Amino acid sequence: MTDQKQAADFNEDEKQIIEDMITGDPEDMTIFGVSRRQFLKQLAVITGGFAAAQYIGPDELFAAPSVLVPGTIPINSIENGVNASFNVNGSPVALEVDSRMTLLDSLREKLQLTGTKKGCDHGQCGACTVIIDGNRVLSCLTLTACCQGKNVTTIEGLAKNNQLHPMQTAFIKHDGFQCGYCTPGQICSALALMDEAKKGEASYLTENIREKSLSVQLSDDEIRERMSGNICRCGAYPNIIAAIKEVHSGKEVAQNWQFA
Amino acid sequence: MRPFKFSTTADSNEVSKILIANPHARLLGGGTNLLDLMKEDVERPTELVEVGNIDVMKIVSPASATGSIVIPAVEKNARTANDPAIRENFPMLSQAILSGASAQIRNMATNGGNLNQRTRCTYFYDVAMPCNKREPGSGCGAMKGLNRMHAIFGWSDKCVAVHPSDMCVALAALDAVVKVQGANGKQRSIPFTAYHRLPGDQPQKDNTLQPGELITAIEIPKNNFAENSYYLKVRDRASYAFALISVAAAMELKNNKIVRVSIAMGGVAHKPWRASVAEKYLLHKEATEANFKIAAANEMKLAKPLEHNLYKVELGRKALVRALMQAANGGKTI
Ligand SMILES: Cc1cc2nc3c(=O)[nH]c(=O)nc-3n(C[C@H](O)[C@H](O)[C@H](O)COP(=O)(O)OP(=O)(O)OC[C@H]3O[C@@H](n4cnc5c(N)ncnc54)[C@H](O)[C@@H]3O)c2cc1C
Ligand code: SF4
Ligand code: FES
Ligand code: FES
Repeated sequence: MTDQKQAADFNEDEKQIIEDMITGDPEDMTIFGVSRRQFLKQLAVITGGFAAAQYIGPDELFAAPSVLVPGTIPINSIENGVNASFNVNGSPVALEVDSRMTLLDSLREKLQLTGTKKGCDHGQCGACTVIIDGNRVLSCLTLTACCQGKNVTTIEGLAKNNQLHPMQTAFIKHDGFQCGYCTPGQICSALALMDEAKKGEASYLTENIREKSLSVQLSDDEIRERMSGNICRCGAYPNIIAAIKEVHSGKEVAQNWQFA
Repeated sequence: MRPFKFSTTADSNEVSKILIANPHARLLGGGTNLLDLMKEDVERPTELVEVGNIDVMKIVSPASATGSIVIPAVEKNARTANDPAIRENFPMLSQAILSGASAQIRNMATNGGNLNQRTRCTYFYDVAMPCNKREPGSGCGAMKGLNRMHAIFGWSDKCVAVHPSDMCVALAALDAVVKVQGANGKQRSIPFTAYHRLPGDQPQKDNTLQPGELITAIEIPKNNFAENSYYLKVRDRASYAFALISVAAAMELKNNKIVRVSIAMGGVAHKPWRASVAEKYLLHKEATEANFKIAAANEMKLAKPLEHNLYKVELGRKALVRALMQAANGGKTI
């Protein structure tokens, strides 16, 4: 956003590269209102540079070109662009994105909802956990294109009227984090877990899988098993379990920590 | 990730046509395996077709008169595991699914995608390494490399990888049938044990699906295993890890005599491995620990361990005995 207002500032190497590729002074590009980043991105499109996606930040790779050099690229020129309309925390959003864009990148880069974290980007850590239509899922392995018509809830959607969600309050009370990076995913995951337990869903630790009960009371081991998709590198696990137990049981759980 | 076209084509015949016309087109289930592999540049599809919209995938068959249960290919793993009829009649399948991955992944993963997930062999995942499965003819990095996680049964000099699914191990023991549909709506049924392949000379082929074919459903025939079945998974950590060894053990007992038995192992071969030697030994015998030990030893005698996975022979023997004991004792978790 801000760079839209900045004057283009090329270093000598960049000027040389650009001059080799196009005629005219690259600084002139500002007369079209095109920023340096925007311009480089378009250059990448023109030169087929999309294959070298790793060299471009996701915001540049995926953002729809908002300003265009007249006569160079048609307006809907994202290769394999897709439209997706869905609700995020109760508000409708309509996005046009590259088909490759994950929900995680859409939330963070397009919707500025940076509460949801990117840990591994490969389904192995749970930092990106969000709730879609009531189910906890990994936004790093969900394509934005697949979210059409769905309801997405992120950590930003839990507090209501400036009141933290009880699960958030419990995480604070029990110090269920250290660096906090895994926390949004832990909290979204824990919330969905409350629902699964209410519906009587089983886990690998369920003693008798054939016996269906409407509501499951979770032991510490059960909470560990059902939360195993959320890794915490700071090792705040005992406190995370205490927080979840408090919300799950509805009874006060003593803190594992105290001020010295 | 490389560019791809995203399609939501609903007509299954159209989808088959797309898959036949473009060998680089892929079905997208939950994406938990495919997207991961695309980010690693192992899979490079140029078109993805979302399965959730495909007509034949959504058909829910009415309960069959024969007592079999049909689970749709697009149904999520988590829903299948918690389906009351599955929990009641095939509890071992619920256990197997619930032992895999994490709650989040099970909420995303489809049953069809679970069958077609690819190996977790680290050489397969690393495009800088040789791998006959990823790049036929390039060699097998694991054969003389780190092969602690690899096969002890049925491997070839081309590939020693294992199939990573837990769900499939239970389905193999339950004699499930894979329902597929190909070009022009042509349907066929593949017995589960014939669905996945051993590597042989073509490790690039995980299964026997033909070009253009989609999995539409999985049928599990009625059996009397529910009371005496168990899925045991042994892994490096207590949860959220692939199996080193797993065992799906099911039997039907009459006065403690085994009148029918079915055993499959995971983490040991390129496909879920039916322990037919152990089954044969146990049929018509008493369900005792002594008999389980002999059956397990007989089965594991045939193992061909690699440099780093000799431990799987002993672990396999013990896992077989323990799973059979749990099954005989009512299949409850202890
Ligand atoms: C961190 C992590 C841990 C995991 N741990 C385990 C574990 O412990 N145990 C375990 O069993 N699994 C585990 N998994 C794997 C997981 O179970 C699979 O990724 C999942 O089942 C794949 O289903 P999907 O719908 O997401 O498939 P996708 O990723 O969408 O697709 C996988 C393949 O199946 C094909 N496909 C999809 N649907 C169909 C269809 N209807 N017909 C034909 N082909 C189809 C796709 O084209 C693709 O080739 C883990 C995964 C991750 C990421
Ligand atoms: S074991 Fe199979 S998947 Fe692994 S490197 Fe060898 S050929 Fe590739
Ligand atoms: S970022 Fe999605 S699981 Fe790690
Ligand atoms: S609080 Fe730091 S990773 Fe969990």
